[in-house]
Amino acid sequence: MSSYEAAFKVWRGDIKGGGLEDFKIEVNDGEVVLDIIHRIQATQAPDLAVRWNCKAGKCGSCSAEINGRPRLMCMTRMSVFTRDETITVTPLRAFPVIRDLVTDVGFNYQKAREVPSFVPPADLGPGEYRMFQEDVDRSQEFRKCIECFLCQDTCHVVRDHEENKTAFAGPRFLMRVAELDMHPLDAAESTGLDRKATAQEEHGLGYCNITKCCSEVCPEGIHITDNALIPLKERAVDRKYDPLVWLGSKIRRRPTEG
Amino acid sequence: MSVVDRQDWDVVVVGAGGAGLRAAIEARERGARTAVICKSLFGKAHTVMAEGGIAAAMGNVNSGDNWEVHFRDTMRGGKFLNQWRMAELHANEAPDRVWELETWGALFDRTKDGRISQRNFGGHEYPRLAHVGDRTGLELIRTLQQKIVSLQQEDFRETGDYESRLKVFQECTVTRVLKDGDKVSGVFGYERESGRFFVLEAPAVVIATGGIGKSFKVTSNSWEYTGDGHALALLAGAPLLNMEFVQFHPTGMVWPPSVKGILVTESVRGDGGVLRNSEGKRFMFDYIPDVFKEKYAQSEEEGDRWYEDPDHNRRPPELLPRDEVARAINSEVKAGRGSPHGGVFLDVSTRMPAEVIRRRLPSMYHQFKELADVDITAEAMEVGPTCHYVMGGIAVESDTAAARGVPGLFAAGEVAGGMHGSNRLGGNSLSDLLVFGRRAGWHAAEYAAGLTDTRPPVDEDQIDTAAAEALRPFSAEGPAPGADDGRPPENPYTLHQELQQAMNDLVGIIRREGEMERALEKLADLRVRARRAGVEGHRQFNPGWHLSLDLRNMLLVSECVARAALERTESRGGHTREDHPAMDRKWRNVNLLCALTDPTGGLLATDPVSGQITLTREITEPIRADLLALFEKEELVKYLAEEELYE
Ligand SMILES: Cc1cc2nc3c(=O)[nH]c(=O)nc-3n(C[C@H](O)[C@H](O)[C@H](O)COP(=O)(O)OP(=O)(O)OC[C@H]3O[C@@H](n4cnc5c(N)ncnc54)[C@H](O)[C@@H]3O)c2cc1C
Ligand code: SF4
Ligand code: SF4
Ligand code: FES
Repeated sequence: MSSYEAAFKVWRGDIKGGGLEDFKIEVNDGEVVLDIIHRIQATQAPDLAVRWNCKAGKCGSCSAEINGRPRLMCMTRMSVFTRDETITVTPLRAFPVIRDLVTDVGFNYQKAREVPSFVPPADLGPGEYRMFQEDVDRSQEFRKCIECFLCQDTCHVVRDHEENKTAFAGPRFLMRVAELDMHPLDAAESTGLDRKATAQEEHGLGYCNITKCCSEVCPEGIHITDNALIPLKERAVDRKYDPLVWLGSKIRRRPTEG
Repeated sequence: MSVVDRQDWDVVVVGAGGAGLRAAIEARERGARTAVICKSLFGKAHTVMAEGGIAAAMGNVNSGDNWEVHFRDTMRGGKFLNQWRMAELHANEAPDRVWELETWGALFDRTKDGRISQRNFGGHEYPRLAHVGDRTGLELIRTLQQKIVSLQQEDFRETGDYESRLKVFQECTVTRVLKDGDKVSGVFGYERESGRFFVLEAPAVVIATGGIGKSFKVTSNSWEYTGDGHALALLAGAPLLNMEFVQFHPTGMVWPPSVKGILVTESVRGDGGVLRNSEGKRFMFDYIPDVFKEKYAQSEEEGDRWYEDPDHNRRPPELLPRDEVARAINSEVKAGRGSPHGGVFLDVSTRMPAEVIRRRLPSMYHQFKELADVDITAEAMEVGPTCHYVMGGIAVESDTAAARGVPGLFAAGEVAGGMHGSNRLGGNSLSDLLVFGRRAGWHAAEYAAGLTDTRPPVDEDQIDTAAAEALRPFSAEGPAPGADDGRPPENPYTLHQELQQAMNDLVGIIRREGEMERALEKLADLRVRARRAGVEGHRQFNPGWHLSLDLRNMLLVSECVARAALERTESRGGHTREDHPAMDRKWRNVNLLCALTDPTGGLLATDPVSGQITLTREITEPIRADLLALFEKEELVKYLAEEELYE
């Protein structure tokens, strides 16, 4: 086992402002960035604010930007850096800071509420659902999402454009629309809800210009752009260019609006 | 009078894991205005980490399965100490609770004919665990979270406000349950973000705060597991049941040190993984206890055949209940046959093709690759026991989930005791959360509805006391009680580390009388020091402050574990005494109850040396005859005392 001392710069402050603070701190074999942040907390800055839960990449709490790149602190091993590199840890840039590394991610919870929920088929009771593995594979991929919001943080549509936040749900929640749309038993259509159309019309799919930055930062390796956004776009386009379908879906949707 | 934000609700649920969310859904659907409070963000509770699956006798893979078989397995796993009515309700209702999740949008892995697939797990006679790869907890919590959102959308359509009937207060910590006489009147807590205090007034409170693992050094549990709900109940005057039973999961990661304790799911063994010592031997064959001799394979060949042909072969001993496997690993390491970093080897690489491993165990593959540089498709993992789950908990009525002795208080999930007896089977927790979460929400809503005109008022003094207690860490400078010098404030992180070390070393997987006595002394010392835990900075998102407040809970709960463990002079399930190595039938029907010595709930008044907890014994209700009749007589004689058998 070999220990060494690493140089860290950690952003400290709150809504009123703040800056990078320097720390010299011990690092041991096999440690991840979150371990080092915890060591700083336990020995040098007891009030350093940071979110975490599982320490195993399962809960999506410990999101931050490490040397400018959105990552999970608990899954970023110290061995990916050289020993003389200074490691800079800053809060997610797309969301308002609360304190130190903790940001206000309320935007995401608000967007989650705007996506209409799963609609159970009226004719099937509990225990009667039959679905084949190959038909649930696609939605299951999207349900691996741990809601770390790194994709939301990285997407340029909102990263530096606060004004787009009202109209744009972000990759995570566009993917949620795709997930429900691809659910083999979702009965949204029977209630007059056309999920594909809403992706375009209500959740801002049009803002996405398929740069794939979201997919690149996703710690779950979900193919957000290729498997969720592009298919959603293709089908939204199909609908749009078929005037009858488009009209039909508009008319059927009315009764549930409001 | 302290200035605090105050709101009125019908039911307050403390905890947003599987149990809390299921309770909240039920209470709201039964018409109660319901508030949920949780320490982390919504959707991040511990339940999200559950991997292997949720146990329910749906019989999708083996039609021989039914609730009676599940009940039997649960009782065997718990060594017959389970609150049998809970085990019965659980086995009976679990399938409905799983199917219901599908109607809320859950997508479990499927069988060939399109049903929910079920996998094998330790102690379960048939493939019984519904699962989604090895991320079942994520599916469960996301489904409940999305169900809550769908109810909020419904409320929005009707009232124009998403939160009019069901609201989640995230990143808030409850520090006290408030009471009017013996009845619950609400909760007191603080917002983590701002440090502001708040009171939610409500006649019914459901505690669903999960476990206590953060009192131990090596654990699979997160920072949330500081035993808050256990302590809240104690302080409110409700007793805790059988706190000596703590589950050490046999397979936690052992290397590198920073991930020591992180869980390696039991599905690795359920799907064919085997345990070997440094000599390459599958040592579990040497550790099959007498009570299980007829149920497990006697040779490797038979064990291997079982995966393909379970009707004509017996299961391999790697799938014994967790307490057995954890003890076996402990013995192998002690005997010098451990792996380089003090564990044993868990191998799937020689048992399945690489692509099958990656498909069936994706997050294990990922976890070892990312955190330990180990490719589990090519080499064995190193694993060892890790503190995982607490079977003990708030003593509740089986049918209603009502906490004993405190009207208006309910408890469900890991924080409730009884259901799992002395040892929990894998997969039985997630189903427990849903079955008893629902029951708690139901009965809390009903109780609250019965009190519409006569709500217990909140006592201002209690609010002031709670606020003063919460603020103490900011002014921790005075001398310790009994000491004449003015020692400087204690660092809460240091106190926490000492507590974890003490519990790990002295009340851990193998227990001895002298060590537990030393643990109690250490706890008394820490208790005095913890009153002086001091913090810097201000109240806004200050983890040092939060930890200082959590210490009260960890110390209370640790004392319960240590006292009960010292009292129970036998080994059973998650309680192993080196000085009393055998299970003793005389203890089969004995519950140990922990209550606060000073029932006024004032902690300062408690003597720092003798402790804060009083222990009492209670004889359990005899198991109902028709349930006993589900077992063979030859099996019952191994567990039940003579008198019990002839009743
Ligand atoms: C790694 C791992 C894998 C597991 N795998 C499985 C499995 O495959 N199958 C299975 O059946 N079981 C499994 N378990 C066990 C199971 O996950 C837990 O027992 C279960 O999730 C506990 O759920 P809960 O609802 O009781 O509590 P939790 O999900 O832990 O939720 C507790 C909630 O209470 C809140 N809370 C706590 N204290 C306070 C307070 N003071 N104020 C306000 N809120 C508070 C927390 O913020 C949280 O929201 C596993 C456990 C671990 C650690
Ligand atoms: S692919 Fe679309 S959603 Fe993803 S980062 Fe690019 S613009 Fe944003
Ligand atoms: S899609 Fe990936 S990056 Fe986005 S929130 Fe989910 S897990 Fe995180
Ligand atoms: S702490 Fe859970 S993802 Fe990092």
